[in-house]
Amino acid sequence: MSLYSEKVMDHFKHPRNVGVIENADGVGEVGNAKCGDIMKMYIKVENDILVDVKFETFGCGSAIASSSMATEMIKGKPISEALTLTNKAVAEALDGLPAYKMHCSVLAEQAVQAAILDYYRRNNIAYDPAQFKDALCAHEHDGHDSDGEDE
Amino acid sequence: MFVYADHAATTKLRESAAKTYVETAAQYYGNPSSLHSSGQQAKEVLEDCRARVAAALGGEAREIYFTSGGSEADNQAILSAAYAGAKKGKKKIVSTAIEHHAVLHTLEKLKREGFQIVLLPVGEAGIVSLNDAEAAIDGETALVSVMFANNEIGTLQPVKEIGALCKSRGVLFHTDAVQAVGHVPVDVREIGCDYLALSAHKFGGPKGVGALYCRRGAPLTPLIEGGAQERGKRAGTEDLPAVAAMTVALEESLREMPAEQEKLKKLQTMLIEGLEKIPHCALNGDRERRLAGNTSFCFEGIEGESLLLLLDEKGICASSGSACTSGSLDPSHVLLAIGRVHDVAHGSLRLTLGAENTEEDVAYLLKAVPEVVEYLRNMSPVWRDLQEGKRKYIL
Repeated sequence: MSLYSEKVMDHFKHPRNVGVIENADGVGEVGNAKCGDIMKMYIKVENDILVDVKFETFGCGSAIASSSMATEMIKGKPISEALTLTNKAVAEALDGLPAYKMHCSVLAEQAVQAAILDYYRRNNIAYDPAQFKDALCAHEHDGHDSDGEDE
Repeated sequence: MFVYADHAATTKLRESAAKTYVETAAQYYGNPSSLHSSGQQAKEVLEDCRARVAAALGGEAREIYFTSGGSEADNQAILSAAYAGAKKGKKKIVSTAIEHHAVLHTLEKLKREGFQIVLLPVGEAGIVSLNDAEAAIDGETALVSVMFANNEIGTLQPVKEIGALCKSRGVLFHTDAVQAVGHVPVDVREIGCDYLALSAHKFGGPKGVGALYCRRGAPLTPLIEGGAQERGKRAGTEDLPAVAAMTVALEESLREMPAEQEKLKKLQTMLIEGLEKIPHCALNGDRERRLAGNTSFCFEGIEGESLLLLLDEKGICASSGSACTSGSLDPSHVLLAIGRVHDVAHGSLRLTLGAENTEEDVAYLLKAVPEVVEYLRNMSPVWRDLQEGKRKYIL
């Protein structure tokens, strides 16, 4: 299908960092099954570095590819850098997503933030709530509207 | 291996239809509205096709109007009946929750114009109840529109009974028979319908052509103005090559129907029984009262678009009612109407087989689908939650 770029298809067919981290330092889950997308991000932190990142995703091809790309972009990076990851950067790294699939990259950004937020909370590390506003409202995510057509 | 399992979306053009298309285009290029011999020869072919399509449906030639396809035929039938009813003060239309969007969107348009639209439920089996239809029809009702067979789950509706009911109540009856014509016996007199829509590309004809059966005497107004074609009901120079190809495809599909049905029924049983072995899945729609080509399932814990993409990688063309495949937030209205909640409706797979599919194809599907479902479940946090008891299984 030419719906997606080769990069999206590559990450979809061969997702990087898929799975679970047992005893993760932070876990973030965003989206909901009703909308058809759930992303779960696991992080392992050492000295403020994301030494390991894994994900599980229930969702469409672009949701799986966005999760995979996001993990690749933050793995081995300091938390401060991971927190600057934007959905646009994820989409660009995938050579673009169809307009109505952009929310998948938003979910990836939110999942990263949610996992880091969970790490901060578990360790009583002070954080600026404003920095996590996307992750904090992630569970109410919705709003991509376009109309469906069948055959 | 390549397996085309999306015949409800469209079918391959039959060789006979392709040949007829090319020959008609080359030989009968005259405009059927022209007075000269070239035009009149084209007109003769056109009228011959009309008579043959009518015969295939059990109607009269003058009751057949060629259209651009099923959607146009549905639109024209519904709007004609609605506006004729409104003139008599009847502004209620009864239909079902599982109609194709060609019907539903037309009804939504009428609703915005002040019509009362009643969409009957279909229950878990995906079949409308005659009692519900009977109860919904009243003196205000202008039209009843119930599809012959559903495009997503293949369920066959009791159109004959509803046709008889409408006749006894003096209400116009339209049926969208796009998925049925060429696959199950369709006879307009037997159904007792006033309107019936069909589309050529669902039975091996070309895309972009279809027909509307409109019973003699039933109201019909044009959607397209600009000429006297189709007895003033559909302007525009007729697509004669397409009409001729459709006619040939229809006749051929009727000849092949008994053998095709027997074969498809067998493949369907194999496919359903094989897919049912996948844990936590469910067949969508009634097991018996469905088109022989249609197998529709929901698999818990996965999403349909990723399922389709991975099947495509394995050479399998299929379809899904997930939101992601339709570009909207909600999964298929048909799956929701039969009681599938969003969570599982997103994980739907529609396999629709045709005459050229083989037992080898089904064996390949039965190898590929469970593999892909398992692969996606293994990376799904929903599936993990289900397996760890943090979430309850729905299927």
